[in-house]
Amino acid sequence: MATWPILSFLILVPLIGAVLVLAVRGSDSVVARNARWVALWVTLCNFVLSLVLWLNFDPSTADFQFREKRAWLSNVITYQVGVDGISMLFIVLTAFLMPICILASWDSIKERVKEYMIAFLVMESTMIGVFCALDLVVFYLFFEAGLIPMFLIIGVWGGANRIYATFKFFLYTLLGSVLMLLAIMAMYFHTGTTDIIQLLDRGTFPAAMQYWLWLAFFASFAVKIPMWPLHTWLPDAHVEAPTAGSVILAGVLLKMGAYGFLRFSIPMFPHATEFFTPFVFGLSVVAVIYTSLVALMQEDMKKLVAYSSVAHMGFVTIGLFTMTTQGIEGGLVQMLSHGLVSGALFLCVGVIYDRIHSREIARYGGLVNRMPKYALALMVFTLANVGLPGTSGFVGEFLVLVGAFQVNTWVAMFATTGVILSACYALWLYRRVVFGVIEKADLQRIADVNRRELVILVPLIATVIFFGVHPQPWLDVMHVSVDHLIKQHHAALDTGRALAALPR
Amino acid sequence: MLYALIVFLPAVAALIAGFFGRWIGDRGAQMVTCGAVTIAAVLSILTFFEIGFGGAPQHVELLRWMQSGSFEMSWALQIDTLTCVMLVVVTVVSALVHWYSVGYMDHDHHKSRFMAYLSLFTFAMLMLVTADNFVQLFFGWEGVGLASYLLIGFWYDRPSANAAAIKAFVVNRVGDFGFALGIMGVFLVFNSVDFATVFAATAIKAGQTFSFLGMQLDIVTTLTMLLFLGAMGKSAQLFLHTWLPDAMEGPTPVSALIHAATMVTAGVFMVVRLSPMFEYAPTTLMVVTIVGAATAFFAASVGLVQNDIKRVIAYSTCSQLGYMFFAAGVSAYSAAMFHLFTHAFFKALLFLGAGSVIHGMSGEQDMRRMGGLYTLLPLTYALMWIGSLSLAGIIPLSGYWSKDLVLEAAFAAGSGVGYFAYWTGVTVALMTAFYSGRLLFMTFHGPARVDKAVMSHAHEAPKVMNVPNLILALGAIVAGFWAYDFMVGEGRAAFWGNAIFVMPSHDPIEHAHHLPWPIVWLPMLAAVLGLVLSWFLYVRRPDLPARWATVNAPLYKFLLNKWYFDELYDLIFVGPAKWLGRTLWKGGDGKIIDGFGPDGFAAMTIQLARRAVAAQSGYVYHYAFAMLIGVAALVTFFLVMG
Repeated sequence: MATWPILSFLILVPLIGAVLVLAVRGSDSVVARNARWVALWVTLCNFVLSLVLWLNFDPSTADFQFREKRAWLSNVITYQVGVDGISMLFIVLTAFLMPICILASWDSIKERVKEYMIAFLVMESTMIGVFCALDLVVFYLFFEAGLIPMFLIIGVWGGANRIYATFKFFLYTLLGSVLMLLAIMAMYFHTGTTDIIQLLDRGTFPAAMQYWLWLAFFASFAVKIPMWPLHTWLPDAHVEAPTAGSVILAGVLLKMGAYGFLRFSIPMFPHATEFFTPFVFGLSVVAVIYTSLVALMQEDMKKLVAYSSVAHMGFVTIGLFTMTTQGIEGGLVQMLSHGLVSGALFLCVGVIYDRIHSREIARYGGLVNRMPKYALALMVFTLANVGLPGTSGFVGEFLVLVGAFQVNTWVAMFATTGVILSACYALWLYRRVVFGVIEKADLQRIADVNRRELVILVPLIATVIFFGVHPQPWLDVMHVSVDHLIKQHHAALDTGRALAALPR
Repeated sequence: MLYALIVFLPAVAALIAGFFGRWIGDRGAQMVTCGAVTIAAVLSILTFFEIGFGGAPQHVELLRWMQSGSFEMSWALQIDTLTCVMLVVVTVVSALVHWYSVGYMDHDHHKSRFMAYLSLFTFAMLMLVTADNFVQLFFGWEGVGLASYLLIGFWYDRPSANAAAIKAFVVNRVGDFGFALGIMGVFLVFNSVDFATVFAATAIKAGQTFSFLGMQLDIVTTLTMLLFLGAMGKSAQLFLHTWLPDAMEGPTPVSALIHAATMVTAGVFMVVRLSPMFEYAPTTLMVVTIVGAATAFFAASVGLVQNDIKRVIAYSTCSQLGYMFFAAGVSAYSAAMFHLFTHAFFKALLFLGAGSVIHGMSGEQDMRRMGGLYTLLPLTYALMWIGSLSLAGIIPLSGYWSKDLVLEAAFAAGSGVGYFAYWTGVTVALMTAFYSGRLLFMTFHGPARVDKAVMSHAHEAPKVMNVPNLILALGAIVAGFWAYDFMVGEGRAAFWGNAIFVMPSHDPIEHAHHLPWPIVWLPMLAAVLGLVLSWFLYVRRPDLPARWATVNAPLYKFLLNKWYFDELYDLIFVGPAKWLGRTLWKGGDGKIIDGFGPDGFAAMTIQLARRAVAAQSGYVYHYAFAMLIGVAALVTFFLVMG
């Protein structure tokens, strides 16, 4: 195990990068060029750093690793970070997607490049912070602070209707975060600590309190995932966000909600979790079917991908709440895979948006004639999106369903219909955009993916297929932590039952 | 190692042809793919003789796939007799189709892409037949579905081809829905998805019940029913058959390889592979028999009146798959495999022969615009006769041996559904012979109904297409006679070994060998009758069919429109799904959620607090600033409290 504070490095390196970008001076074009290169190198370094983290990670223990603890605000709130098998891979995912985002914005962002890069770098640091925070307040700060650059990215560099989208995004997340903040304060007053490790170890809150705390956290996380019916901000936010913003939104920000369930709601409030599980299943199943049907009828490519994201995140929440090994590991794999696949799909939309400046499906058709490489890349991601075996999408989806089947066959059956519906909307989209003959004049001259775009897409294709054929590197990291989580959950429930059975 | 080569050579070839097609050229791509699949075919034949006759089943583990708790499986190759038979069928037909395609796709601009897809299909199919667990079977299953999707939609500039491709994938997914649930159920019950473990434990679970969708159901019956739903989709059985005729939009070699000889038989293979489970589920077997017999009849009835040469053969495939299923349904698994084996030869031959006709006629597929072609395409004419007679089940061609045995086994099963299958099967045999004769007479006999221009270009296929056809014709003639003894005769127990499991109490094959002669010869009689009838109607009195069609217009339309299945499905599935999607979007998301949620909230705020409107600046950074204040307030709070 590394003796140097690698997690703090991961958080700080992007911030240092942001300061460097801030310091860039000169004419507009020079500033833009330097800002891009600095951001790219910084994010690449951070990705390498995240791989070092993965290599040094010890998958044989459920304890938090690479822990750092420093006194911070008073003696209660400490700056404490660490990772376990549940959180570690999300840091790698974040760091992997970041350089891709910078490259995706290389040519399409022409104004305020410096500020844009700073926003992205700050966001990377806060997102990594969320996944390794081991103090409730630190978690909350990172969780909320990460939204500010996202607001700015959508609101400043977004499309025509960006203010409405930002407003919706803000309203939903505000509702959630206020309640979560109240819950955090209640937890502090009850236990006198905000240390996550202590909260996890100390056992549980009184049952009556658990329900309220669970609901408060749920409000925040369900908006973030987003779960039906709190999802309507997502299509608008995606449509208005610049490509790279969509990638981060779909790839990482949505995962923070599900991660929150796994880190707080499930282990800290086991009774409430058990109580609310049917509720979560219900919402998730509705999400899978409802949003898949809605996706079918979309006329805007980004909206279609956004709705399909909601459906796929529905699988994640089903998996997490099955409390089975397959369900939770499947949910985690689905999150990682979805991070890659939906990010890649948004990148693919971005590639043609940069050329034609339209997201309307009917505006395209016959692209394969001019863009065979693009057609192949989009085919791979489309298939991963429909969960074809051999892609990472299959592994997550199937494990979730295997887990769900053990708990509730109705849930498994309804969720499996998503497998049919996803094939419908995804292949129909592909057909309308890529197949056919070119009828529009400007499509006759459209250019295939260039070298920069290849550099973005090829690593994504490679990872999607590699982890589809051999997901063990992911699963091996998770096993012990997930087992520990499940054991703790059942132990807590058992003691609860034993107490309830005592004569009064 | 040898076995891995069989499976992975086509994969490597597909990658080379697909990614480096531009560098190695069309010729290079053709050489690489044809070469790889031919080597795989030779190795498969060697394996067949090694394992089929005396060798022990082999098992090769390649790589851990996934492990999550006790849900674990590997990429592995399991080679037993059942696999060997499939290996030979798949690689031999695939190799011949590869070579044939070199000629058939001569005028196409995407040769290397086509060859890459064909090899990709071959790889997926080989993964399917060598699977040692349910999930790898599912991988191959969806993999061949993908290849089928790509190849049906190969001519992507045709809207009809694109529609057919999506239809094929989606309808198959409906079947896979059941398959996937079946796998989940298998894991729930057996705590494993390996064939060996599951099969060993099936006997214990027989008769037990579990809770599924709120009902207490028999375990093995429920699981096999779910899995069979997958088989129905892949093998285009009644209700999930609608994709197969449309799949004829793909190039003809594809129809021969995927939609006749190999992929569509995967459902039959699955039922046979899972015979240790199906044997403990008599109810499911009954359903399999009924579905098979019903499909055989339905497809043959539609095939009687179709005018597209490929569609006639497609419906015939659908119908013959029905035969294989009801054979499996009466526990005559080896008969099902035997028919699968011979069918691969004569059906591929028929498709490739039809391909030669289409190729020679510059793309014409409508038999009403053919006629009198036997002088122009004599070799193809002869080959089509061989294929058709074999399909009709005329002694001593391959189809005779297998179809007769399938029917005899159904009768010998002695059950109600068995008799139903037998009598349906005999009727279908007559219909089969009739539409086969109709196809031949309409295409090759009578006056030429072709354009002069097309007629003047009509030519016999080149050697690279004819040689594969001749090899297939050889198979269509002798394969049945050659394989009869060891597949379904005296040698069958030694040949199949443990690959097929049949309850000793009911072995219909044994009884089938001791049936009275009228039962045995009735199918053959029906076939001859059908041929004579078609000769009478299409050569002797060609005016009669048209008159019959006008007299019985409703029935004729009903058959011509394939019993209106497509229209029905559009009405009850496609339309409502689109309507629901739009309603949920505009109504659910738009009016209800947003209306009462953020938009309603905004409207309310504006109405109730017009004075506070200054705070609603609409500028993002104001909101961001408000959040910062919140964060700052929290920090202050803790500083003061701490």
